[in-house]
Amino acid sequence: MTQSNRLNQGGRIDRSRRLSFTFNGQQYVGFAGDTLASALLANGVDVVNRSFKYSRPRGIAAAGPEEPNAIVQLGASEAAQVPNVRATQQALYDGLVARGTNGWPSVQRDVMSWVGKLGGSFMPPGFYYKTFMAPASMWMTYEKFIRKGAGLGRAPTEADPDIYDHLNQHCDVLVIGAGPAGLAAALSAARAGARVILCDEQEEMGGSLLDSRESIDGAPASAWAEQVVAELAGLANVTLLPRTTANGYHDHNFVTLHERRTEHLADTAAGAGREGEVRARLHRVRAGRVVLASGSHERPLVYANNDVPGNLVAGAISVYIRRYGVVPGQRLVISTNNDHAYRAALDWQEAGREVVAVVDSRAKPDGDLVEQARDAGIRVITGSAVMEATGSQRVSGAKVVAIDTERFVVTGKVETLECDTIASSGGYSPVVHLASHTGKRPQWRDDLLGFVPGEVKGMHFAGGVHGVYALGETLTDGADVGAEAARAAGFEEAAAMAVPEVEVRHESPTSALYQIPHEKPPLRAPKQFVDLQNDVTAAAVELATREGFESIEHVKRYTALGFGTDQGKLGNINGMAIAARCLNRSIPEVGTTVFRPNYTPVSFGAIVGRHCRDLFDPERYTALHQWHVEHGAEFEDVGQWKRPWYFPRRVNGKRETMHEAVARECLAVRRGVGILDASTLGKIDIQGPDAREFLGRVYTNKWAKLAPGRVRYGLMCKDDGMLMDDGTTSCLAENHFLMTTTTGGAAGVLEWLELWHQTEWPELQVYFNSVTDHWATMTVTGPDARKLMSEVTDIDLDREQFKFMDWKEGKVAGVPARVFRISFTGELAFEINVQANYAMHVWKALFAHGEKYDLTPYGTETMHVLRAEKGLIIVGQDTDGSVTPEDLGMHWAVGYDKPFSWIGQRALTRPDTAREDRKQLVGLKPKDPKVVLEEGAQIVLDPEQKIPMTMMGHVTSSYYSPVLESGFALAVLKGGRNRMGETVYLPMSDGTVHQAEVVSTVFIDPKGERQNV
Amino acid sequence: MFHIFCPYCQEYREEEEFHPSGQAHLVRPADPASVSDEEWGDYLFFRDNPRGIHHEMWVHRLGCRKFFNITRDTATYEILETYRMGEQPSITAANAEVRREQGVQTADGGWQTVGAQPENSRLNEETPS
Ligand SMILES: [Zn+2]
Repeated sequence: MTQSNRLNQGGRIDRSRRLSFTFNGQQYVGFAGDTLASALLANGVDVVNRSFKYSRPRGIAAAGPEEPNAIVQLGASEAAQVPNVRATQQALYDGLVARGTNGWPSVQRDVMSWVGKLGGSFMPPGFYYKTFMAPASMWMTYEKFIRKGAGLGRAPTEADPDIYDHLNQHCDVLVIGAGPAGLAAALSAARAGARVILCDEQEEMGGSLLDSRESIDGAPASAWAEQVVAELAGLANVTLLPRTTANGYHDHNFVTLHERRTEHLADTAAGAGREGEVRARLHRVRAGRVVLASGSHERPLVYANNDVPGNLVAGAISVYIRRYGVVPGQRLVISTNNDHAYRAALDWQEAGREVVAVVDSRAKPDGDLVEQARDAGIRVITGSAVMEATGSQRVSGAKVVAIDTERFVVTGKVETLECDTIASSGGYSPVVHLASHTGKRPQWRDDLLGFVPGEVKGMHFAGGVHGVYALGETLTDGADVGAEAARAAGFEEAAAMAVPEVEVRHESPTSALYQIPHEKPPLRAPKQFVDLQNDVTAAAVELATREGFESIEHVKRYTALGFGTDQGKLGNINGMAIAARCLNRSIPEVGTTVFRPNYTPVSFGAIVGRHCRDLFDPERYTALHQWHVEHGAEFEDVGQWKRPWYFPRRVNGKRETMHEAVARECLAVRRGVGILDASTLGKIDIQGPDAREFLGRVYTNKWAKLAPGRVRYGLMCKDDGMLMDDGTTSCLAENHFLMTTTTGGAAGVLEWLELWHQTEWPELQVYFNSVTDHWATMTVTGPDARKLMSEVTDIDLDREQFKFMDWKEGKVAGVPARVFRISFTGELAFEINVQANYAMHVWKALFAHGEKYDLTPYGTETMHVLRAEKGLIIVGQDTDGSVTPEDLGMHWAVGYDKPFSWIGQRALTRPDTAREDRKQLVGLKPKDPKVVLEEGAQIVLDPEQKIPMTMMGHVTSSYYSPVLESGFALAVLKGGRNRMGETVYLPMSDGTVHQAEVVSTVFIDPKGERQNV
Repeated sequence: MFHIFCPYCQEYREEEEFHPSGQAHLVRPADPASVSDEEWGDYLFFRDNPRGIHHEMWVHRLGCRKFFNITRDTATYEILETYRMGEQPSITAANAEVRREQGVQTADGGWQTVGAQPENSRLNEETPS
């Protein structure tokens, strides 16, 4: 293929470096310095996509992030697929592979074009709205259909080979945009000594200077840009971030910048010869001051068939010619309401192609550029506009007519000009997006015919973003604002840089013009597109206003205007103007437009950074983790902890199932001795003269008399009287306690204690510290526990010396230990706490001595079965934030007569917490012992009752007990304690109904004799 | 993302280190047994939800673990001041306009009046809303 639209000279490309690339399966060649868009235009590729709704052919319409049509799927390999890339922002590299996002499988002969034909009636305005109002099942049908037809881009199905990261940055002044205003601002601030970050979304810094016809200090404007960038690059206090888009402005000057580090070189970092490097980076910048110098986007005019390939915004013509040496056509017609568009005519003519005419809506334009065009022999048609484009795959002509903008009618005869390119300009829209991300509404300015940013604390505006357009004024504004920002950031001496000389041009004022009237009424004229990406027409907007949608926010939702990946950068203002015309109001009366992050689509990689795969969420291991791994444990996630779930053995060459392993582990504890790694239990060290008083206030039970050496189980409620955590607390010394919490509750309980201490009772002298990770905890439990322990410890284990709920200090396996006689299994148990780094030594010593007792490691599943057999609750499983200690039958653990009104006491005296019919904890014994009830299953009293049945409670814990040789469960049941012996029913979703008897929560050893030996 | 000055650490830190903990200056009845169920319910469950000035409690969870208070504008998300537990806000819904006119906000680069101390005792007699 030849680059038929490439000029032999000019542009900022490197003609000596040819890059080959593939678009929609076809091979092309471009040059280093091209974007994918400029290379496609150079190769004369007219159609890049099919439109979303009508399946119309679409070509490149712009040259920047506002591009609505040239949205491509990028990536040579499956793993490197990137959807929603704007061809105008993608640097060309050798071997680039891209496809138009829409128009599967071929943009030229789209098999889905019948969708478009159908589209007129199939997808009228309000389609989504109306569809959502229809039965949901229909939406499922539509949705599949639309997605396939519209091809909204797709995620890769293979893992991304690249890495991404986040970088936290701080600076005094962050300048967003490196056009004339941004460069001047950055230089002013930097020269004052401020730490400056300057970011720009393009491959090269300079913005509009890079395609400007103007000179600065007598040299081309682009030369000044190069010189300033070079100076900034040499300053130690300046960070330049090209190829970096400021995508989100957040509270307190927190700005997210996305830097593309290898995406301009190849589709993977490795492909670019930069293996292991970061492909894209998210800079999280906390800026002292932000200078927003994001410039403006040119608005196209809205006329009939303005979507046919060959219709572009005028400024893009200049960009392609002057930056890339590409003229995207032969014969040009321009339609404009302002002087700036004449630049495109002059550039086009100088490139050696024909300018058929400039059609200007104004009666008597006389600006310098206008006169320059006339002097160059270009035909200027005034008081007129392009009413309609002709052609289908490419523009073939422009229908030009005189118009009356006040009355919105055509006034003359239509003249058809033969051409292949129509460039339109309806003026400029400041890029206010970031200034509205925190909710500040942009303000309409009649003199500018555009929205400018509202006031944002900590943010300064420079150049086009607040309507300063003329080059000289822009430089002055940038220089002043840069200095102002530096002063605000504390650099009091900051002064504006000296502004170079720029010739002042005479301009004739821009007229207000958005939609061009057509000789046919708007609803019958050929389609006039407002939002090209979402296929929203002027007629659709008009229809929406007729259907009663008056606010632009409603019109947008009804028509989907601005809801594409481009967020309506080109179309929003035109849409508002059309709504305003139809409603006979002004634009600001119709509403304003607020944007949300992100400014352009961001890859998930950049958002996620390193927080994926192994680093997605930290995993916490106990000191014994390696042993568990080596002994084949299956693990369960408990919060961030990895806890052994069960330890399957090989029996007769077969690996045990979970059921078999758990049954074996349970019986080992009940008949011999087992061991559990309980290190994950939360441990809080509490010290201070008021520690005891404090415990009395946060626990429901009494602590005044707990002597050193003793342990007590405690319940913790919130002030609403509902249980929030439980655990044992040991008195280590008169003013020193060790509290244990549930594994999941550890951090929350510590914060809870701090909250009450710091905010309610700061007069109490008490201090809290988490010691969860400092101590490893091993539970040795079962009838043989004492025998085993006696072999490894110097502690006197005599039952009279070391009673149930005592703790002792001594040595276990030769290292200092605290041993607690507490039991979560109902068996004789010793909880050994040792410093975590001794844990493995102690654990292995226990196994060395334990072999003769068949010491059996058990996991959380067995722990659950054993504790449930004893009716011991797990907070968060058997309780849910609406359960009081009384509901659990734990009256014995509530000290109503304590002197201080402890947390939860007042609430427990409400009539509601005393109701007899509250859900109470009970045991359930299935009538069929083989049945293990489903946790969460609802309990009813009458299985014959019509649905909805009266639900009386639900199962909270349910297991199979190898000792009972039966399933058993804990449940909460309304008035449950008065229903002992009754039969209840549990209807299942498959239609079966289980029967169970209401029994005590304690299934084994009701008198507690086994643990107290 | 907020940039919050911890009045204990005396530093600006990122919001990720902090956690909001609800409305500030809630007073737990000194003798809970003596209040009615309705009053107790008000204390437990009823909170202000103003558009504008709001006093709220935060905790420097991944820092000094201290609880402190913030005066924040819920409409603009501007943090007007941060102050220690036991101190009273210097900016309240009642005096915010006056304080703004005085240009009260901020030392230190720009965002928050920190460690607000009662400059004017009258301001502190008002019940913060
Ligand atoms: Zn702190």
